[in-house]
Amino acid sequence: MSKRIYITGIGMISAIGNNVPEILTSLEASKTGIGEITLFPTLHRGSLPMAEVKLSATQLLNLAGQNGSQQFTRTTLLGMVAAKEALKSAGIDAVDTWKTGLISATSVGGMDRTEHFYKEFLEDQSKGRLRDVINHDCGDSTERIAIELGINKLISTISTACSSSANTIIFGANLIRSGKAERVIAGGTDSVTKFTLNGFNTLMILDKRGCHPFDEHRAGLTLGEGAAYVVLESEEIVMKEGKQPLAELTGYGNANDAYHQTASSPDGTGPFLAMTKALKMSNLTPAEIDYINVHGTGTENNDLSEGIALERIFDPVPLFSSTKTYTGHTLGAAGAVEAVISILSIQNGMIFPNLQFSTPMKELNIRPVTEVLTGQNIRHVLSNSFGFGGNNSTLIISKPTYSS
Amino acid sequence: MGCISPQPTLDNKSFLEETVSVESSRMKAIGPNYKEFIPPEMVRRMGRIIKMGVAAAKTSLADAECQLPDAIITGTGLGCIEDTEKFLGNMIRNNEEFLTPTAFIQSTHNTVSAQIALLIKCHGYNFTYVHRGFSFETAILDSLMQIESGQAKSVLLGAADELTENSFQIQSRMGYWRQKPADNLKLFEHPTKGTVAGEGAAFFLLHEKKNSNTYAVLQDVEMLFRPDSPEEVISEIKLFLERNGLKESNIDLLVLGRNGDIRFDSIYDSVTETAFPGVPTCNFKHLCGEYMTASSFGVWMASRILKNQQIPDMLIIGKKPETLKHILLYNHYQGINHTLILLSQA
Repeated sequence: MSKRIYITGIGMISAIGNNVPEILTSLEASKTGIGEITLFPTLHRGSLPMAEVKLSATQLLNLAGQNGSQQFTRTTLLGMVAAKEALKSAGIDAVDTWKTGLISATSVGGMDRTEHFYKEFLEDQSKGRLRDVINHDCGDSTERIAIELGINKLISTISTACSSSANTIIFGANLIRSGKAERVIAGGTDSVTKFTLNGFNTLMILDKRGCHPFDEHRAGLTLGEGAAYVVLESEEIVMKEGKQPLAELTGYGNANDAYHQTASSPDGTGPFLAMTKALKMSNLTPAEIDYINVHGTGTENNDLSEGIALERIFDPVPLFSSTKTYTGHTLGAAGAVEAVISILSIQNGMIFPNLQFSTPMKELNIRPVTEVLTGQNIRHVLSNSFGFGGNNSTLIISKPTYSS
Repeated sequence: MGCISPQPTLDNKSFLEETVSVESSRMKAIGPNYKEFIPPEMVRRMGRIIKMGVAAAKTSLADAECQLPDAIITGTGLGCIEDTEKFLGNMIRNNEEFLTPTAFIQSTHNTVSAQIALLIKCHGYNFTYVHRGFSFETAILDSLMQIESGQAKSVLLGAADELTENSFQIQSRMGYWRQKPADNLKLFEHPTKGTVAGEGAAFFLLHEKKNSNTYAVLQDVEMLFRPDSPEEVISEIKLFLERNGLKESNIDLLVLGRNGDIRFDSIYDSVTETAFPGVPTCNFKHLCGEYMTASSFGVWMASRILKNQQIPDMLIIGKKPETLKHILLYNHYQGINHTLILLSQA
């Protein structure tokens, strides 16, 4: 496992911007994307906030460069926008010069269309437009994005709840290390749906005031939507093409909490194991981590479990923040969204704050960064993504030591 | 191994000595008494796919005499659709009110592998692939990489998909299933449009070292996305075999994903006639039905054949091979996801 994995391109769309430059502007300005629900009619409009991409179906179709002749789900369109930006940012015109794969994540797939279908179907099984449900499965968005990008090898989809897209980066890196691929576009996409909004609401973990992670008075998460992709390339591509990588993926780890389907263990076993594995792979000591982009959903349970695991590994705990206070929790896209934000931190020497924070948690001795910090020399970022089913993943993203 | 399917396959002592035939376009998996595998208070709440997955997984672990694998890697095409439908239906019917979380929690695609991890307390690597006819194959690819890279010595690999009344109806409207129900065991006698719907769960304990109980060697896997022609598939098969040090003539048996649908089966004829003339073949979808991870049933069947060194008479088409060293499984889902899996004698 000695081969280096470089990140040479990034792309993202979320409630704080339709592309990476717009997103950086919002991050620097501490401008959150959390607001009122506008995209679909729901009982919860006005009472629960959400972090929406403020684009209608038609606007999103145009942004994705589609003419409307085919029907796409919102999840697919968000993914297309971000994946295209990632390829462009990596300076890739033709994907077939190197063996290129696309590994994408989603948790809801085409649920936004399925909801329409199902309403009519429930009343009469011969009703409901089939074109609204044919894109339901998770693989659909990946295949459509792959076709759009011209990728026809190594296409697959991961769905491990909220760690899904962190896991695409892990799998993508393993594909390159094993020689199965030379380049992988890895990331994820998820749109907001009534299904997920109501699902999380039944768990009573949606904060009416918008999430405030790692705060004593936190009351849950805030759902968001978006997509983000990174371009992972082998050392060989970077050397042969004389590319300047944006970052290096130096470590990663996935572990299972094996405690409860939705709740995290009180001693943070899964998070502890995932972070420990990633540190071991990167050959870094905890003291060498300059910033942690925490999972930090804002639920009582996650932040306590993650915080305990942080205190078990780090002494002192480095600067950390949950950028879900900007983007909302983008579920299947969250791991990649936060990987992109971590890369922006490294590139710009900035740490983006944990907004909405006021009171430290009484069980922990740590508090997040609450103002934009500039002029930081950030060499190594650790980014956590944890999901239902005790699925815990950690990525370590480093300032590239290679320069062309 | 552990396999729950529309056939009595969970008992590892027998091998397709009895087969079930149904006069229907839908085949249902035969579930065991799940209380033998799962605590009763959990069984009540669990969706069917989770129960099938857990029971198949536990059977495979017991069969391999393994308490705790280093990793759990699974594939599912549609995931927990029963719970998804339940929550979606309640949400629509009750206008977003009076909802309970259980169905939502279980609707998450990685619930099967998560529940297995929870029940056996496995803190290792835990991944779930959800990509149509590539779901199980990507899980194989990841499993092989985990073992080859030394990250895991043992991997619990599996696949599960469930069929619900609603998904059957929807896919029926899409033209997937036969309009006139026919005996599944005679699926290939009267090719027509549509096939028979199936479901199931198959799990395999992979280990870096073989022992006296080993069924087969899972050598390699390849996925082809929308190949242009049978010629492309044939040339990819050649490359696939070459990288494993084999030629077409080394293949003793082909296990094929034919499903009796005239729109999809002709490519199996082209590939076998051109690249593998005279090589015997076995089909499997008349036994398990069509679903996104049906190839996992094919792998289960091929592994049994390699271990027994015998092909059941009801399965073999063509001349009995003199040796049974290498089996190639070729499957495709809807003509989009074509996959190759190579298994060899242990």
